[in-house]
Amino acid sequence: MALIRPYGDTLNDGKIQLSFTLPLPCDALGEETAKAFAHKMGIENVSVVHSEALSEGYSYYIVYGTLTHQVDPTSLTVTEVETTAMSKEAIEAYIDTHFDRDLVFIGASTGTDAHTVGIDAIMNMKGYSGHYGLERYKHIKAINLGSQVDNETLLSEALKHQADVILISQTVTQKDVHIQNLTAFIELLEAENVRDDFIVIIGGARINHALAKELGYDAGFGPKKFAFDVASFAVLALHEKKKVN
Amino acid sequence: MKLTLNEDTIRACRTDAKTIVDDLITMIDKHSTVSVERTILRLLGIDGVNDFDIPFVNVLVDHINDHADLSKGVSHYLAAAVKDTKLSPQAIAEKINASTLSLKPYQDVETDMAVLMPYIESTLEAINKQKATRQTFMQSRQTDQPEKYVIVATGNIYEDIEQAKSAAKKGADIIAVIRTTGQSLLDYVPYGATTEGFGGTYATQENFRLMREALDAVSKEEGRYIKLVNYASGLCMPEIAAMGAIERLDMMLNDSLYGIIFRDINMKRTLIDQYFSRVISAYADITINTGEDNYLTTSDAFDHAHTVLASQFINEQFAASAHMKESLMGLGHAYEIDPDMENSFLYELAQAALSKHIFPRAPLKYMPPTKHMTGDIFKGTIQNALFNIAAVSTNQSIHLLGMLTEAIHTPFMSDRALALDNATYIYKAFKDFGADIEFKEDGLMNTRAQDVLSNAKALLDTISEEGLFTTLEKGRFAEISRSPHLGKGLDGVFEKAPSYKNPVIDVLIKQLKEGDTWL
Ligand code: B12
Repeated sequence: MALIRPYGDTLNDGKIQLSFTLPLPCDALGEETAKAFAHKMGIENVSVVHSEALSEGYSYYIVYGTLTHQVDPTSLTVTEVETTAMSKEAIEAYIDTHFDRDLVFIGASTGTDAHTVGIDAIMNMKGYSGHYGLERYKHIKAINLGSQVDNETLLSEALKHQADVILISQTVTQKDVHIQNLTAFIELLEAENVRDDFIVIIGGARINHALAKELGYDAGFGPKKFAFDVASFAVLALHEKKKVN
Repeated sequence: MKLTLNEDTIRACRTDAKTIVDDLITMIDKHSTVSVERTILRLLGIDGVNDFDIPFVNVLVDHINDHADLSKGVSHYLAAAVKDTKLSPQAIAEKINASTLSLKPYQDVETDMAVLMPYIESTLEAINKQKATRQTFMQSRQTDQPEKYVIVATGNIYEDIEQAKSAAKKGADIIAVIRTTGQSLLDYVPYGATTEGFGGTYATQENFRLMREALDAVSKEEGRYIKLVNYASGLCMPEIAAMGAIERLDMMLNDSLYGIIFRDINMKRTLIDQYFSRVISAYADITINTGEDNYLTTSDAFDHAHTVLASQFINEQFAASAHMKESLMGLGHAYEIDPDMENSFLYELAQAALSKHIFPRAPLKYMPPTKHMTGDIFKGTIQNALFNIAAVSTNQSIHLLGMLTEAIHTPFMSDRALALDNATYIYKAFKDFGADIEFKEDGLMNTRAQDVLSNAKALLDTISEEGLFTTLEKGRFAEISRSPHLGKGLDGVFEKAPSYKNPVIDVLIKQLKEGDTWL
């Protein structure tokens, strides 16, 4: 057991800050309501350090207090991509020794999503933040279909090119539009009986591995992940799959 | 704060841009699109949808396309049908929808546009009334520049109204309702009040009306006119411009190239559509906001600054060719240099001053940092503060406020309020800063501005030689390449028959020419 609390300036003092808006006028009752919310979150010594009217019926609060809850980090498990990342050269060598052909990665930003910078960062020659994209990898054929690609098109292109890996980028997440779209793609793969034919990986600013697993994908990558992270996971997963078959 | 620039280079850039645009005017003149035709129908007074939610203007254009020859233009058929049936365009549309009337028999008759004039005039009268109302409102408006611009994007028009009212009370001058993802690729305009959108709210005429009504009420309460913005872009660009003119929007996002580059809309389609939409906005006194700032979201802002400037010159000429006054040209640029770069603020200041120097009478639209905003909202506030300083010091006109949560979600009410407070503070603190300092002639900033200008000139030289289509194909803007033979909406482009008429644009241009004040 190693219980801890948030840290202000003394170990386990539990200091915490919050800010939020209430659909109430900015007055004493608003402030009291803000405090009551903090109490319900397990915060004590609540102090509303700032309150401000945003409009007639809306007010904004900044709150400090002491969190009474404690957490034992050692009791938690994390869903993370477990494979260790290899360098570009190591990945190229791995493909060379473990596969008798080049691997095909096909990717797109799907649904109504028009954001391409994320998928381009992973797939295009140039890469991102000094890390080359998959297109530059020896033994990888990278096909980037761009944005606003519907699920059906992505699948038919993947089949046409006999892809090994499908990469999907989702950036717009308002009202869970990405969840709907990603769920629909997995359902499509299952309906066509091809789910096991591909390693399917998702990515985007609000995507993580846990979410990917929950939705039925093989892996998920968020910010600060690059082509080598994705390719490392994919080549190992493909090799695993080959052994099983 | 004035830059020392080579004025001959600036003039040469304009000449290049004019060559680039003139080169496309013939193509634009020779063609029309389904959305242009639907716009004509809207301006003839046709509104509403059928039982399947298909707008009557789409029903009509599809009917002509399927059963007759659309290259003669919808006006041909409407003129003949109005004369023959004595019905209004609206009644004709409804009959066609009910299959109780066909336009096929009118395909080869002689027509006279005069029968349509009363309908056109009645729409123009409504637009002119809106212009007069705007002018009355504006008289009471303090003209402190820049104007604070914020966006609302809840997906639900009624929630948007709450957010917009709150922003106006906090000092916003301009409210933009962002559209839902995917609307730009719809080849029809949705109808009625809507409550379900993703990352934005549907642009519908009823949503425009509801928001304008709410903002008029706030404008009265606050004693200053709050402007409303939407997007005349995507596959329905000119239709939305027309809806905006009718409902008194004050600004429209409207770019000649954005749809091509960022939405993969066919370039012919976009160029033809943007022309008509700009004529409409010019007539309705609607300020356009162009979108070259977006190039810096896919390209590096330091290395590609000149592409933005080159595109501003091109957008300026496209607008001028549509008879738009300079005072309506909200040319876009942005504060997007990587904050990790040394002297990034100096380069940003140089770029902002450069735009202002070159387009002194255009109400420039200045975009905040977006690409390099992260989940660190506290740092984000500082990035926005620096941007605000650049905006005030160089006296930008349309000041899009940055949101501390830019990397996370579309703005919460509190995000907007914090942004407005931040800007208000900096306006005060830096009020006369720009007027009080000078650029060193051989200093970092003046040199940077000169470099960007000469790079823009070189790029414009290349474009005027190779033509804009080739430029787009080569991906010189935003590093995204597009082919003239591909892209969405190409099937909606057609060559006009020799007898083709667009009586609406003829009237608009005639009246604009009478009051032409450009340069
Ligand atoms: C650039 C940008 C744009 C550009 C996009 C240009 C282009 N061609 O991509 C333009 C201007 C076109 C744009 C438009 C819109 N945008 Co935008 N945009 C951004 C911005 C500023 C940066 C995004 C970006 O490029 N990040 C850099 C890349 C490299 O990061 P990344 O995508 O996270 O990718 C990394 C990882 O996530 C991962 N990754 C990503 N994809 C994948 C895929 C795989 C398979 C893997 C393994 C990994 C992976 O690897 C990458 C490298 O590490 C963000 C705000 C921000 N600062 O984040 C808003 C933002 C994403 N946009 C937003 C919105 C709402 C829109 C619009 C819908 C607005 C509108 N209503 O019109 C439109 C899009 C319309 C549509 N149909 O989609 C919102 C999304 C809100 C939400 N959470 O839902 C944001 C957060 C801004 C905001 N606060 O409102 N946008």
